[in-house]
Amino acid sequence: MSSHVGFKNKWLPIALISPQLLITLVFFIWPAGQAIIQSTQLEDAFGLSTEFVGLENFISLFNDSNYLSSFFTTLQFSLTVAILALVSALMLSAFAEHITRGSTFYRTFLIWPYAVAPVVAGALWLFLFDPTIGVIGELLALVGVDWNPVLNGNHAMWMVVITSTWKQISYNFLFFLAALQSVPKALHEAAAIDGSGPIKRFLTISFPLISPTSFFLLVVNFVYAFFDTFAVIHAMTQGGPSNSTSTLVYKVYNDGFIGLNLGSSAAQSVILMALVALLTVVQFKYVEKKVAY
Amino acid sequence: MIERRPLFTLFCHVMLILGILAIALPVWLALVATTHENTVFATGTPLWFGDLGLQVFKDLLSSDSRFNNSALPITHMLFNSFIMAMTITIGKLSISILSAYAVVFFRFPGRMLAFWMIFFTLMLPVEVRIMPTFEVITNLNMLNSFSGLTIPLIASATATFLFRQFFLTIPKELIEAARIDGAGPIKFFFDILLPLSRTNIAALFVITFIYGWNQYLWPLLITTDAQYYTIVMGIKQMLDVVDGIVEWNKIMATTIIAMLPPVIVVIAMQKAFVKGLVDTEK
Repeated sequence: MSSHVGFKNKWLPIALISPQLLITLVFFIWPAGQAIIQSTQLEDAFGLSTEFVGLENFISLFNDSNYLSSFFTTLQFSLTVAILALVSALMLSAFAEHITRGSTFYRTFLIWPYAVAPVVAGALWLFLFDPTIGVIGELLALVGVDWNPVLNGNHAMWMVVITSTWKQISYNFLFFLAALQSVPKALHEAAAIDGSGPIKRFLTISFPLISPTSFFLLVVNFVYAFFDTFAVIHAMTQGGPSNSTSTLVYKVYNDGFIGLNLGSSAAQSVILMALVALLTVVQFKYVEKKVAY
Repeated sequence: MIERRPLFTLFCHVMLILGILAIALPVWLALVATTHENTVFATGTPLWFGDLGLQVFKDLLSSDSRFNNSALPITHMLFNSFIMAMTITIGKLSISILSAYAVVFFRFPGRMLAFWMIFFTLMLPVEVRIMPTFEVITNLNMLNSFSGLTIPLIASATATFLFRQFFLTIPKELIEAARIDGAGPIKFFFDILLPLSRTNIAALFVITFIYGWNQYLWPLLITTDAQYYTIVMGIKQMLDVVDGIVEWNKIMATTIIAMLPPVIVVIAMQKAFVKGLVDTEK
């Protein structure tokens, strides 16, 4: 970047960058700082006085079985969504890569769920999963499952997992397809001459070569399931029944905005910020040593 | 094609078609639901179209139709969503291209600090700092306003990065030539840089429009006045029927109306969309 010639002007660049910086400072960095300050404070019920309590908010969080179980719920949820979305997208993209004709057609019909709002996805699937009228409930009744996500925590979890996965497949599909298409054809031709079929070639050539993309997507899917699924959960289960689908982000919202427990909500925010920072670093570490094929 | 394996190719086609059908299933059932009277759902979900045709859509979009308890006609919510999505998109693209321009083509004190501050926003999504951000908006008197709905969302590290990445590939000879011909920084920006950035702008437009249209948590936090409800929020309101009958045919029609604009943008600008998605993440 330093070798780049530029214009000599002192005030213009500052004027150009100031709108972005101003918004960043006021709406991003200032509230983040506030979260850190509030996380060390305790406010009384009327918001009249605050008192410095150090790490007490954090200590009580980690002693709170609700918070710990929400941690576990989030992990279980994110891992399931990431694995389901990655595996199904990888399979679809491998099929799409194999065929020569019509792949654009298939792509068009596979990418649109990306554009659907999480709440809209929630409403669509809620209709299918409805315990009294839903199609899926009726099908499951045939095999003897008493489907009821309103009362059964496991059912509710599967419902939000499937909805969140449905939304993420298109994204993974596009990245996997791009990665598979960049695997050199010569490798496949050589292996084909040596007599290995398409499935074996996928497992021994393509899959190892696209592992950087797979790792990158794993991180992105994790971040998605952690932070972008609030709307799905809010629309479908409101964290219930009895907190069985209450993820960390849902809990920050619920404790802060509904429960008005500011100190605890701020402490949860700080923990989440640390998590995002960690995931961002992991993601950028990957980008730095991008593997060339 | 490496070898001929017609059976395996057929298998791939079949699997892809099954995948597409599975993904389209909820929308299919939603479309079917909009053509039935609501009483039909008492006995289960119909799998084939009823005889209402587009009547439910017509009722919903007719000028003053209000959905049972929602306080705003759907057309008004659509209008709000459109204003919000477009303001966020135009705002995001404008301030990102300007700041990338400043960072790449100028030397000024605090340049790297500014760059890292923008980078930092990547680590601070709204979801993790709900309460303090809400307080900032309250203190600035921006609750229940379009400025509150849009301005905080137009800062963008990813868009700035994408433009920066692209600007770095522009050969310096181009700038030198422009300077020799007497073009100042503003003329260079409008006459050379902006036309060159067209494909990147299109790519970001798709991604940002979807982002803006689909916002949910943010409007949920800062609007209490029904006048500012977006269509995405409206759907959630319709699902919250405390007592009474859930009007599935109308809800499904609204979900279809709500998803159409971003889906049309993605399909119509598919090339730009794929580029935008892959470029902003890498």
